[in-house]
Amino acid sequence: MIELNPFVIFIAAIFTNNMILSNFLGMCSFVAVSKEINTSLGLGQAVTFVLAGTSIINYLVYHYLLVPYNLEFLRFIIFIISIAAFVQLIEMILERYIPNLYYALGIFLPLITVNCAILGVSLFMVIRDYTFLQSFGFAVGSGLGWTLAIVALAGIRQKLKRADVPKGLEGPGITLIVIGLMALAFIGFSGIVQIS
Amino acid sequence: MAKQKTREIFSMGVWLDNPILRQLIGICSALAVTNLLVNSLVMGIGTTFVTAFSSLTISSIRNYTPNHIRMMVQVLIIAAYVIMVDIFLKAYMPEMSKALGPYIGLIITNCIIMGRAEAYAQKNKPMPSFFDGIANGIGYTGVLLFIAFFRELLGFGSLFGIQIFGDWWTPWTIMIMPPSAFFLLGIAIWLAHNLREKYQSEGAKS
Repeated sequence: MIELNPFVIFIAAIFTNNMILSNFLGMCSFVAVSKEINTSLGLGQAVTFVLAGTSIINYLVYHYLLVPYNLEFLRFIIFIISIAAFVQLIEMILERYIPNLYYALGIFLPLITVNCAILGVSLFMVIRDYTFLQSFGFAVGSGLGWTLAIVALAGIRQKLKRADVPKGLEGPGITLIVIGLMALAFIGFSGIVQIS
Repeated sequence: MAKQKTREIFSMGVWLDNPILRQLIGICSALAVTNLLVNSLVMGIGTTFVTAFSSLTISSIRNYTPNHIRMMVQVLIIAAYVIMVDIFLKAYMPEMSKALGPYIGLIITNCIIMGRAEAYAQKNKPMPSFFDGIANGIGYTGVLLFIAFFRELLGFGSLFGIQIFGDWWTPWTIMIMPPSAFFLLGIAIWLAHNLREKYQSEGAKS
């Protein structure tokens, strides 16, 4: 593994290795929620926050608990449990101490447990052997990249409501085509930095 | 009676209620692996296996699972089966395991499996749930293979790794890159929608 600056990974995760547009992660909620800019922004923030938290937890659990005992094969179960537990915990803490934020993000939190992007980032970080700082940069960058993509898509879809789309293509069909065009546009960034 | 029902389950899962084309779930992993037919086939078989067996297991223990922790139980059962698939691939097809990378693990968060568990296995007997899982898995694999067919044919000029087009063929680089997967899935949904509509209007006439 080439030593990459965490900041380089951060930038790469936002633009060139965008979670959705080049790795297809987190598509389910991406298509379902991206109808309005405000809700998408809320979900994006929640995803970024949970990504940052779970990447730290999963990094520590994997390297200090699973590797010493040769239990790497349990990582799927451990990761998904720690993600579910983290989301639950955050939900309770927010509800108790920061009710405003809870009402803003609350409905999105349960959705996040099954968001592929969260588990995906944890798995990528293990497979690519990232160090702690690299993992953190990767996670925050992925979250921001995801937010960027979903907010952009929501903006396009709001305009698209007035467009004259062929009947069979309405709804999911045209959304996917739009995402495809966005992915094409993001390829333009690929000259900046490249991580495999 | 019983046979009739099995047929119904299959036609629902494979076509009428196809998880990807109709319900739009499980597309995360659907798109990532479709650049090669072989990858899609392995991914499809893996997902079918996990869906079928986790539906069977969840349905068998549905009467003993307390309602408020059922999600957790479901996730654990699914994860257990995914680990089996992962270990199997690592042992017998190490190259495939490397090519699919994290996407095998991501079968856990594939909404199809959770969706079937919640919508079907939780309320039905084990055997129908098992068939329902297989049917949905086949529906999923079918769409994957459809997309992969075009991506591999146009992107590499080959099918299942066998060269179809000769030297004169210029590969379409875009077909290897992510955007083409979105375009093809969009087109697949469009086609399926039109076919279904035609079928329904004919059914109404007769």
